[in-house]
Amino acid sequence: MDFDPVLLARLQFAFTISFHIIFPTFTIGLSAYIATLEVMWLWSAREHYHRLARFWTKIFAVSFAMGVVSGLVLSYEFGTNWSRFSAIAGNIVGPLMGYEVLVAFFLESTFLGIMLFGWNRFPRGLHVFACIAVATGTLISAFWIISANSWMHTPAGHAMQNGVAVPVDWLQIIFNPSFPYRLAHMATAAYLTTSFVVLAVGARYLLAGKYLDEAKTMLRMGVGFAAIVAPLQLFIGDQHGLNTLKYQPIKIAAMEAHWDGSTPGDFEIFAWPDQKGETNRYAISVPRGSSLVLTHDPNGLFPGLKSVAASERPNVPIVFFAFRIMLGIGFFMIGAALLGAFLWWRGKLFEARWYLVPAQFVWWIGFVAVIAGWTVTEAGRQPWVAYGILRTADAVSPVPGSSIAITLALFVLVYGIVFSMGIYYINRLINTGPASVANAEPVSGMASRPISPET
Amino acid sequence: MEWYIALIWAGVLGVAVAMYVILDGFDLGIGILFPFAKTEYERDQMMNTVAPFWDGNETWLVLGGGGLLAAFPTAYAILMPAFYLPVIAMLLGLIFRGVAFEFRWAGRRSKKFWNFAFAAGSALAAAAQGVILGALIQGVKVENGAFGGGHFDFATPFAFLCGAAVVVGYALLGATWLMMKTDGEVARLARAHAKWLLAAVIVFMGIVSLWTPLAFPRIAERWFSLPNFIFFSPVPLVTALVAFVCWKSLADERREVLPFLCAIALFFLGYSGLVISNFPYLVPPTLTVWQTAAAPASQIFLLLGTLFMLPIILGYTGFVYWLFRGKIRAGEGYH
Ligand code: HDD
Ligand code: HEM
Ligand code: HEM
Repeated sequence: MDFDPVLLARLQFAFTISFHIIFPTFTIGLSAYIATLEVMWLWSAREHYHRLARFWTKIFAVSFAMGVVSGLVLSYEFGTNWSRFSAIAGNIVGPLMGYEVLVAFFLESTFLGIMLFGWNRFPRGLHVFACIAVATGTLISAFWIISANSWMHTPAGHAMQNGVAVPVDWLQIIFNPSFPYRLAHMATAAYLTTSFVVLAVGARYLLAGKYLDEAKTMLRMGVGFAAIVAPLQLFIGDQHGLNTLKYQPIKIAAMEAHWDGSTPGDFEIFAWPDQKGETNRYAISVPRGSSLVLTHDPNGLFPGLKSVAASERPNVPIVFFAFRIMLGIGFFMIGAALLGAFLWWRGKLFEARWYLVPAQFVWWIGFVAVIAGWTVTEAGRQPWVAYGILRTADAVSPVPGSSIAITLALFVLVYGIVFSMGIYYINRLINTGPASVANAEPVSGMASRPISPET
Repeated sequence: MEWYIALIWAGVLGVAVAMYVILDGFDLGIGILFPFAKTEYERDQMMNTVAPFWDGNETWLVLGGGGLLAAFPTAYAILMPAFYLPVIAMLLGLIFRGVAFEFRWAGRRSKKFWNFAFAAGSALAAAAQGVILGALIQGVKVENGAFGGGHFDFATPFAFLCGAAVVVGYALLGATWLMMKTDGEVARLARAHAKWLLAAVIVFMGIVSLWTPLAFPRIAERWFSLPNFIFFSPVPLVTALVAFVCWKSLADERREVLPFLCAIALFFLGYSGLVISNFPYLVPPTLTVWQTAAAPASQIFLLLGTLFMLPIILGYTGFVYWLFRGKIRAGEGYH
């Protein structure tokens, strides 16, 4: 049979990294949340902060394990599936990822032991310190990997020698033009996503009439944080888009499905981008909306897709729809958070069933927005893997398609089992609730989890 | 002056791999020994001895892979496709055993399944690592600077022998670790297992030491030409001595730490034997550390960070091991 190794390698990478990013998104946010709870516990000595911190730490442990094993796969995939990419961009991307291991992975994975198993063994201060170390580690990890990733979008500070990229100026490489925007946008996305998870769990307990102290704290913290950060994310995303317009105009054209650069761009609320006919069907649009956002001028012009040959364009519908999913969720989050903040201000947040009932179901929306956002970014870069340096089709390993097909099937199978069980366990931990933590504790003197699960 | 930077990098990677083999070796070894425990309670105890450390241990593997990509991208780009299937097998094994640490406590009815996943995943990962090692020693075909061999080139009797050897070796590390960190039935059983495992390790080391010079002339030449032979002859002699001390200490109930140290020393000696056999090739038998090195600017940039960070990392790793020092007494657990 004929398997296309490039397509399969792309599918495998997209599948594994989309799975991976779910967990970092949550662990970056959750570790910071747990560290905050612990500091508040130290500060106020109110026990329910302690119970909350322990409760979320259990969920954190399960998510972190899944993040680690799925990330391990990725770090080897650069060699197994993208060996030509490694040979050509390894001089640049390799050291950046090396720094990620040295300054981030070791920090978080080592102090994780104290965070998970040190509750009653060590002084509180040490435990708080370990939580902060883990939270910092996850953020530093994002710094380096996003730097590597951004360099692939907006390469800088390098020279090409014999077809291989070699470093010239490391500061320019690390702080490449799209990096600050992408890092800010991703870090904010992680915190925002987590705050909606916290908010949803708080709503769930409140409606069930359980753990009321904890539930109210979670709701307040979730709503309050999101009300500040969701609008901020709109602003960061907008700035990010302007930066992309400067460096990757065709990606923007695909996001807006803007075909003809000689006329101002409409903002398509909905449309079906027809790649063959080079036009949009069934469009509902805001006339000149895109031009207004991107150039601050309703008559402003920006490049259209037709300005490059069809082979130089990314897949327009994928980028276009993924972008709309992210935007939709972004605006929904702003609305939901501001409404919650308003109810809180009026002292009605804990009674408004019409708000709480839907709120308990929104825990997943941030994750969808993150995957949609990455799809925009990565699919919009095609046909390049490192923009202007190396095409995706030239980056793949000399490995037969059949091997990639088999391993892809294995990954789908294994991830399917492992991660659905993981999510099932997380859900059960949430159902069990924070109270059981306190009960299970004294027996063995050091149980953050009971020795046998029945107790 | 660039030639010795590649050498330093080879040394740094050598340290990372050695750290990985020893640290993750004992915790994969716990997984390999898992099926031999009799009760759920014993399994709890075994897992508790490594639960706070496994993630940090595995990070040395990430450093090994990441360091290879950063410092020797050409070698990385050749070796990973060459070992495609065993690498993926290793990753799948590590997925199952890694999540088992958390899932085993969260699961109720599925606990048996995660016991199995922990054991099978650990054994698969260990075996795959051994196969990769064997396949590396036997050599990789290179054409036009890329992997030019077939997909099952790695699968030779020699590679599978190495796979079995690593499984047994890790089990020995795991058993001696348990003797140090537990008492009661778990420690007693570990001591009983360790004797057999030690014997098996010695047999495997013997076979590999005979097989490699017989099958690979470059290795025979390395060892048996003068004056090399004189320099290197202490390696097998010291190995025999360490094996003897290890055997003695296993028979002496009061020795709880020495067997573990001996097992580490055995690994270390076997490792130095392999380095002697293959240096300076990173992709035997064609490409050396210099031919596969990254641009000097890349090697230097990451080297500065590495030399600065490694002592710090070793420092806090040691600190955490020290915090969790001592035995897991019957009835207690970190969980
Ligand atoms: C350091 C590098 C790096 C980082 C941090 C990311 N990516 Fe990426 N991505 C790549 C490096 C890369 C790549 C190696 O460059 C790929 C493989 C093939 C390709 O076209 O680009 C890629 C492709 C790729 C594709 C397939 C696109 C296509 O082929 O059309 C998707 C959907 C994603 N990525 C998604 C993600 C997600 C969800 C990420 C969030 C973590 C992410 N990427 C981060
Ligand atoms: C191509 C891209 C990526 C690769 C190769 C990669 C690699 C890895 C590896 C090897 C690990 C496991 C580390 C350990 O053993 O502790 C990991 C975990 C992690 N990664 Fe990624 N990663 C990628 C993308 C990302 C992105 C885009 C982010 C952040 C925005 C990220 C953030 C993290 C974090 C925070 C962890 C810690 C574990 C966890 O949170 O579950 N990674 N990654
Ligand atoms: C509401 C307004 C938002 C705007 C205007 C916006 C804008 C953007 C743009 C333009 C990109 C593409 C960057 C590129 O050129 O490569 C992007 C990517 C991304 N977005 Fe958004 N976004 C918004 C909301 C969100 C939300 C709510 C989330 C998640 C919770 C999110 C997560 C992401 C992620 C993870 C990426 C990929 C990483 C990156 O390139 O930064 N975005 N966003």
